[in-house]
Amino acid sequence: MMQELLLQNLPALLLAVPMLGAFATPLIGKASGGARNLWAVAIMLATLAVAVLLTAQVLSTGTVVYTFGAETPDLTVPADSGGIPIRIIFTVDAMGAFMALAASFVGLGVMLYSFASASRSTGQNGYYALLLLLVVGILGMVCTGDMFNFFVFLEINSLAGAALVASRVDKGVAVEAGLKYAVLSTLGGLLVLFAIALLYGQYGALNIAVIASRMLFTPLDQIALVMLLVALAMKAGAVPMHFWTPDAYSMAPSSITALLVVASQASLYGVFRVVFTLYGLTLEYATIGWIIIILGVLSMFVGVTMAIPQKDVKRLMAYHAVSQTGYMLLGVGVGLAVLGNQQLLDTYGVIAMEGGIFHIINHAMYKGLLFLTAGAIFYRTGTRNLNQLGGLGHSMKWTMVFFIIGALAIAGIPPFNGFASKLMIYESVFLFNPLLAIIAMVVSILTLASFVKVFHSIFMGPRLPEYADVREVPAPMIIGMALLSLLVILFGVFPQEVVDLLITPAAGALIDQGGYIASVLGGA
Amino acid sequence: MLDAYTLQTGTGFWDPVVWIVVFLVAFLIALAIWLLGEKEYPRDTQAVKPFLSGNVEPEKADVHMRAGNLYWGFTEAMKGYYSRLVPLHTGVLNDYVLWFLGVMALVFVIVGVAA
Repeated sequence: MMQELLLQNLPALLLAVPMLGAFATPLIGKASGGARNLWAVAIMLATLAVAVLLTAQVLSTGTVVYTFGAETPDLTVPADSGGIPIRIIFTVDAMGAFMALAASFVGLGVMLYSFASASRSTGQNGYYALLLLLVVGILGMVCTGDMFNFFVFLEINSLAGAALVASRVDKGVAVEAGLKYAVLSTLGGLLVLFAIALLYGQYGALNIAVIASRMLFTPLDQIALVMLLVALAMKAGAVPMHFWTPDAYSMAPSSITALLVVASQASLYGVFRVVFTLYGLTLEYATIGWIIIILGVLSMFVGVTMAIPQKDVKRLMAYHAVSQTGYMLLGVGVGLAVLGNQQLLDTYGVIAMEGGIFHIINHAMYKGLLFLTAGAIFYRTGTRNLNQLGGLGHSMKWTMVFFIIGALAIAGIPPFNGFASKLMIYESVFLFNPLLAIIAMVVSILTLASFVKVFHSIFMGPRLPEYADVREVPAPMIIGMALLSLLVILFGVFPQEVVDLLITPAAGALIDQGGYIASVLGGA
Repeated sequence: MLDAYTLQTGTGFWDPVVWIVVFLVAFLIALAIWLLGEKEYPRDTQAVKPFLSGNVEPEKADVHMRAGNLYWGFTEAMKGYYSRLVPLHTGVLNDYVLWFLGVMALVFVIVGVAA
């Protein structure tokens, strides 16, 4: 009975658990700091468990629909509502479940890492509460089937993220970075809200499935599409709207930066959900596909070339995050560009999309790992300046090993996970347009060059006198990095398992607009 | 069994397990060659010191290559590119907003024309 009730309410629990955890954290923190930390980790573990169960449910039974406030969760359209699903509905398909799983796992790694990395900071009650709220925002964005609800979770995501960016007051610079992030997020959020209003004004509904089923692609729909696309691409850090990322990513505590990467990916998910599910074949898919591809190529190239001359290790990594987002945009953009041509979609479009989606989870793992290693360096040396660092390989061997794993993965070196997803992108994109694939490969080479520089600057060389006393970071930080490293390796060694289990269903869910609509409206 | 681990990429495939086996074999061969090397060389003599044309070897910390010295040639060769790209990253919020709005206006035009 209890088990059945639990399984029936997994989508609600996925949000309720971290939300309860967030609001209770400051209260528990009043009693004991240790209890608060254990509570936060326990909540994140429980959230991950719910995400795993929900993903298993989605993969075994198909899209899970959950109607809040209804007599039964699957009662999406009440008898007296005129055929409109008036309640808030979560629609968790394979793509949403995939994103929720990735976010929960990174969240757990970050939480364990924070145990030690945040231990010397003040304001930990707020830190852990906001961290859990950020997780709530991400999970809500990827699970909801309601446009307004999506906006609400986007705002939770943005507010918690901005507060966390500013949480380490560093001569006011962190506050400035948080303010920039907040202003741009608010502007983006306003445009998303305005776009939703346009859609609501035309179709009288907020549910994604209902709007998708009625979509006519009128001029107003086109305006709404542009606002949604550009605002969410900006939140994802696409060039040339990426300027906030090096500021915010470098000034946030490293644990938070790792989760901010996932928060940006939730916005990327929003882009994909809007173009594939909300608009689908009604839009000019070739034009929008090419817009996404161009944003992707710009992000890849500008991101990596801006990373190379950076002296601040976190700014450098932030530019690489921009660059890697480009791969995802490129892969999925190619899939969208050929969406209306079944033959091309089957030949390379689906593989390109799978490569782009696979890169999302791979990037979440290795980029999260790299930011955590940067945090470990800062934790022990107090600097992020590559010109001041050196010789730490003598004293921080575990951190160095984790850094090597992350660096090789992001550079697309086999057998790590970045190689698998990049290979899928290269080969499929080459069939679409060889020049794009060549650019993607050149960017990978530059990425490797950049991380060789970072590796040399931080770890190689003789032990420097100023870091003579430096020792390895505490165990919780090592465990957090080890968790992500393990997945980077496993996903790299068994890529087809991951693709079969998570990626192919996710790409299929994005393409199958009819299936999404039918899951909510019952084929109506 | 290996097929289960082979990533199908549409037009090709990638087998990480085979790659790891080949890597391990190459590593073992390299290790074997290394083990065949001279083990009893005099460690604490001039034999292990670098020869710098008769100059005294500086302290190790003094010759550590810092990040700022790396890829100077690359950035110098790309000076024309960087001189345009780097100044765009002003750090000023107003500029960030302008870029955002500018991109949105451009995409409006593209989508409008295409439709």
